[in-house]
Amino acid sequence: METAYFVETIIKIVVILLIFSALAGIGTYFERKVLAFMQRRLGPVNVGPFGLLQVAADGIKLFTKEDIVPANVVGRIFKIAPVITAATAFMAAAAIPFLPSFTIFGYEVHPIVADINIGILYILGIMGVGLYGPLLGGMASANKFALLSAARAAAIFISYEVITGLSILAPVMMVGSLSLIDFNEYQAGGITDWILWSQPVAFVLFWIAAFAETGRTPFHLIANDHEIIDGFGTEYSGMRWGLFFIGEYANMFFISFVMALLFLGGYGDGSFLGALGLLAKVAFFFFFFLWTRAAWPDVRPDQLMWLCWKVLMPIAMINIVITAIVMM
Amino acid sequence: MHNEHIQEHFNNRNVTELDSNYYMVDIAPYPTDGWGKFQRVIKRAFRGELFVGLWVVLREMIKFDTHTVQYPAEKMPIGPRYRAVHEMKRLWESDTERCIGCGLCEKICISNCIRIDTKLDENSRKEVSEYSINLGRCIFCGYCAEVCPELAITHGGEYENASDQREHFVMYEDMLTPLDKMKAGTQLEFEGFGAITPHEDERVKKTPLAY
Repeated sequence: METAYFVETIIKIVVILLIFSALAGIGTYFERKVLAFMQRRLGPVNVGPFGLLQVAADGIKLFTKEDIVPANVVGRIFKIAPVITAATAFMAAAAIPFLPSFTIFGYEVHPIVADINIGILYILGIMGVGLYGPLLGGMASANKFALLSAARAAAIFISYEVITGLSILAPVMMVGSLSLIDFNEYQAGGITDWILWSQPVAFVLFWIAAFAETGRTPFHLIANDHEIIDGFGTEYSGMRWGLFFIGEYANMFFISFVMALLFLGGYGDGSFLGALGLLAKVAFFFFFFLWTRAAWPDVRPDQLMWLCWKVLMPIAMINIVITAIVMM
Repeated sequence: MHNEHIQEHFNNRNVTELDSNYYMVDIAPYPTDGWGKFQRVIKRAFRGELFVGLWVVLREMIKFDTHTVQYPAEKMPIGPRYRAVHEMKRLWESDTERCIGCGLCEKICISNCIRIDTKLDENSRKEVSEYSINLGRCIFCGYCAEVCPELAITHGGEYENASDQREHFVMYEDMLTPLDKMKAGTQLEFEGFGAITPHEDERVKKTPLAY
């Protein structure tokens, strides 16, 4: 029994790693295509049918590029920083149920690596650790733009993490559990049971914080190309930079899963249709990340912090208080 | 029709009160106190402008009206007066070279990229022995085409002259209209810089020296 559990977990980890590494690559393809269509361009068209093999071409390029460690950088920290970003993104995936449990060859599979009872706390904590990637990478780079980016990363992290925690507190109070599977069971009754309807404010707040968490466009401040080049990634090349990239895109997928599971009912009753529904919700959230990038301008760091501390945090507090009063 | 309208619009730039195309942009006064700023924030937050932006890009995606020219496969049409890599024209009557080796193009070239060398041929007529243009230096100003008294050197439409060196040359033989093209009568006269303007015959006046 122990051996079987061990083997099963290893297989799950490998499958999740492979699928989401590939999805991160395909995510860049979709991002380029969607952005191109929204800007009346074509996007990648030359490599493979509809440019689909562009991902492979980019991968080959990243893997074969020279690994440059510039002079004056703090070598060890510079080298470990991209690994932190990618590793923490995938570690956070351990507590996410990607699909309802299903039976294969008479063996029941739960598509979650570890169903821990503090799942959402664990996910937010590990995603918070992911901050150390940009922070350490930027500080170790011996580059003023990277340093600015690291400073921004720290400042923004403090701002949005407050919103993430506070906004999620009200749903957690309602469900009475921190496990994402419990969240799913709470909303299993169908579309009317979704926490979205009882906690719309928390949903919007968490969504906004998710944009800051993944560093996507309205809050794309730590690698804001027109201000600070590529921020913490300026001095990185080849696969080290690629690890930052994989981490960022994997994070986008995982936070989409978390939002769908927390607020939009997840996989519902666990049927095949429910599983498809979860994937559709995740696809919508991922598409929305790309959509806003085409439509919205970036805000300044001070505007983001003003928004987080002076607007969103009070709203989140009021939301918690009202939820508590209603629950009493 | 559309062009005429634009032309008219650009020609009449006088902003008159009668002209209804102009109107003052409504700019609200900048808020100075905290309450005014708060009001502005509320107004901006709930006016839904973010969703207008989202709708615009989504609409463009659904319409799928891309404007991309897939360059190596498709090319934009270029004008007949386009100034790209030079061409050497031949005489329509005799298919011989128009260039008389006067060297004016070399003289006028402001980036010093033309080199010409001439010699006397067996009939004691001047002929071009060496002629090259350094395309790496050429700025395609068109002075050579303008100064040429024989309309021999002109610009052509070949703009794909990328090179792996800064100095790359085009030689006389490469610029010269090929004989088979000449025989087929497909040599195109250049309409651009230095060319004869249309209806030139009607404008020519006899000088007092013409007798």
